[in-house]
Amino acid sequence: MDTLGQIVALSLAVSLSAVLLAALIGLPLGAAIAVGRFPGRRALIVLLNALMGLPPVVVGLLVYLLLSRAGPLGEMGLLFTPPAMVIAQTLLVLPIIAALCRQSVEDAWVEYEEQLRSLGAHGLRAAVTLVWDIRFSLVTVVLAGLGRALAEVGAVIIVGGNIDGVTRVMTTTIALETSKGDLPLALSLGFILISLVILLNAAAHLIKEAAQRRYG
Amino acid sequence: MGLVVKFVLASLLCTPVYAQQRFITVASTTSTEQSGLFKYLLPLFENKTGIQVRVVALGTGQSLDMGRRGDADVVFVHAKPLEEKFVADGFGVQRFEVMYNDFVLVGPKSDPAKVGGSKDIVTALQKIRGAQAPFASRGDKSGTHFAELELWQAAGIDIAKDKGPWYRDTGSGMGPTLNTASGMNAYALADRGTWLSFKNRGALVISVEGDRRLFNQYGVILVNPAKHPHVKREMGQAFVDWVISLEGQNAIASYKIGGEQLFFPNAAN
Amino acid sequence: MAASGSILPLSLRGVRFAAGGRNIIDGMSATIGAGPATIILGANGAGKSVLMRLMHGLLQPTSGEIAWRAQDAERVRRGQAMVFQRPVLLRRSALANILYALELARVPAAECARQAMDALREVGLADVAHRPARVLSGGEQQRLALARAWALHPEVLFLDEPTANLDPGATREIESVIKAFDASGTKIVMSTHNLGQARRLGDEVLFIHQGRLVESAPVDAFFGEPASAEAAAFVKGELPWV
Repeated sequence: MDTLGQIVALSLAVSLSAVLLAALIGLPLGAAIAVGRFPGRRALIVLLNALMGLPPVVVGLLVYLLLSRAGPLGEMGLLFTPPAMVIAQTLLVLPIIAALCRQSVEDAWVEYEEQLRSLGAHGLRAAVTLVWDIRFSLVTVVLAGLGRALAEVGAVIIVGGNIDGVTRVMTTTIALETSKGDLPLALSLGFILISLVILLNAAAHLIKEAAQRRYG
Repeated sequence: MGLVVKFVLASLLCTPVYAQQRFITVASTTSTEQSGLFKYLLPLFENKTGIQVRVVALGTGQSLDMGRRGDADVVFVHAKPLEEKFVADGFGVQRFEVMYNDFVLVGPKSDPAKVGGSKDIVTALQKIRGAQAPFASRGDKSGTHFAELELWQAAGIDIAKDKGPWYRDTGSGMGPTLNTASGMNAYALADRGTWLSFKNRGALVISVEGDRRLFNQYGVILVNPAKHPHVKREMGQAFVDWVISLEGQNAIASYKIGGEQLFFPNAAN
Repeated sequence: MAASGSILPLSLRGVRFAAGGRNIIDGMSATIGAGPATIILGANGAGKSVLMRLMHGLLQPTSGEIAWRAQDAERVRRGQAMVFQRPVLLRRSALANILYALELARVPAAECARQAMDALREVGLADVAHRPARVLSGGEQQRLALARAWALHPEVLFLDEPTANLDPGATREIESVIKAFDASGTKIVMSTHNLGQARRLGDEVLFIHQGRLVESAPVDAFFGEPASAEAAAFVKGELPWV
């Protein structure tokens, strides 16, 4: 059955996978919206910003309805498995990464736009160059997403089922132990979770500083 | 970066591993999970058959809903009328009695409704309502909640109409409800198993126990493959068979907390 | 390098650019021809920067026409480069910044490295080729921007107040690079409000005041005997804020 190491490892695997997927989709999406000009752009930006506040439990419910045997994707048998948790967290984190990336890219675009256009870089090429140039700031964006994923419980508990040995992560274990009245254990897990988040943030900060020194 | 790639690959690779592993999904109640029974019982079954049992612990009502939707292979709950309806409606193959324990009424040591030490749950509930003493209810369609409602009815109280601010509907599992009761110094109906393993009692003690009406029967049902063809019939049936077999029943009887037995096997054979 | 035929002359006819409720460029007509280094001269707020961007194609006129001799839009774009008041460099090495521009211009990969190093040598930055561009000094960064433009071998080089943010030493370095550009046959179009710089680098002057072309003359004639009242006041340093 579950050991502490298993629980922590699963939390990291699920949240890191979700953030990676969300970044693969969200970073280009945010950059495209920042640089592009199309009808409805402003409404899309407002919507994206609003989706940052998606309640995790609502995302959990929606994904549950999708993946349940009675639902459209039931055939895939994904409910109550780690991939279901990855899906739910990806949906949760995607708006955060896309919206924050859009903001960063748009701010940088103001600085770079004229020079890039003068050199003949347009649209996609310009966006890619820009995103790569501000890549270390985007580390902060991705970290915000990771923090959200590691901290949430509403989505993963519904689509994962908090199954002992299979889909139990740090947050759902804390919820379970609290509900069993085992507060000391829940607190210890809570400290581990917080320490993990602090460590990740410290690492990112160091990365940014090192990059600043190297690239200016 | 490399570390992240490894994690992603590991988790993605785990997917086929999870898929290939032989397992069934059992929808059960918070009382069986949180009392620690499954943590004790399931490894015995898994070692014997190699079938992993994945328990989603929700509550009787939700578990039966899961069975209806086909999201579980077996349901293991404790609300006989609801279970019988589940089978009658065609969602379950057959209901087997597995084990029983009892409910206890817990309450604050200060005992505002003066029910402590009684063996009569119905009178106790009447006194609680009369004194308007705080009472924490599960309110979550669970077996325990169902039993609580039946007891109010037996006491001649229409709780839906009669409840006042003294009646706290927490809408949550046994543990959280006990937490709430502990925090509010309220009475609550709990299954003995969860109570024995509950660690945050505060000033709560057992107020009423031993009434025949506090009897709590558990049943296990295989979800009907006729309704949901993907249900793992053989493995699910193997679990049902084992739980009501001599071996399974002995295992249930041997689960103890602090020397006290929590569940009493009573499968018919 | 310009293929067959030059993209010059550039002609502006009745060009107007409105923004924020007023005409920043107000009905300007002019011809920029090959040969002499052209100075766009004017006080702050006269509209020099907007005019530069209109000519380079970064802005579109509200009305009027801006036309190059060549019709092919791609050739027209390739034939120009622009250096801005603040150099915009990527977070890469100095050499990589030039390589980026060359790749955009689809210079064959084998050629890129050689041409980039040549450009760095031209401006005296060969020894910082692998230094991150953004840690270079202000003057070095602007020289790098010039090297990047040089590597593209444009027919026309636009410079928008390239030394406005630099100290006299760096300014001198930049001016000598610009002179080298000029000597090599590149058409220089530079905006400035610095009278001394205009004299040092320019062959002809287009004097802008409140969005209009007030005077156009060879540099000696302009400074010796300014024809218009505004030009005269400006040359004497007596032009009030626009």
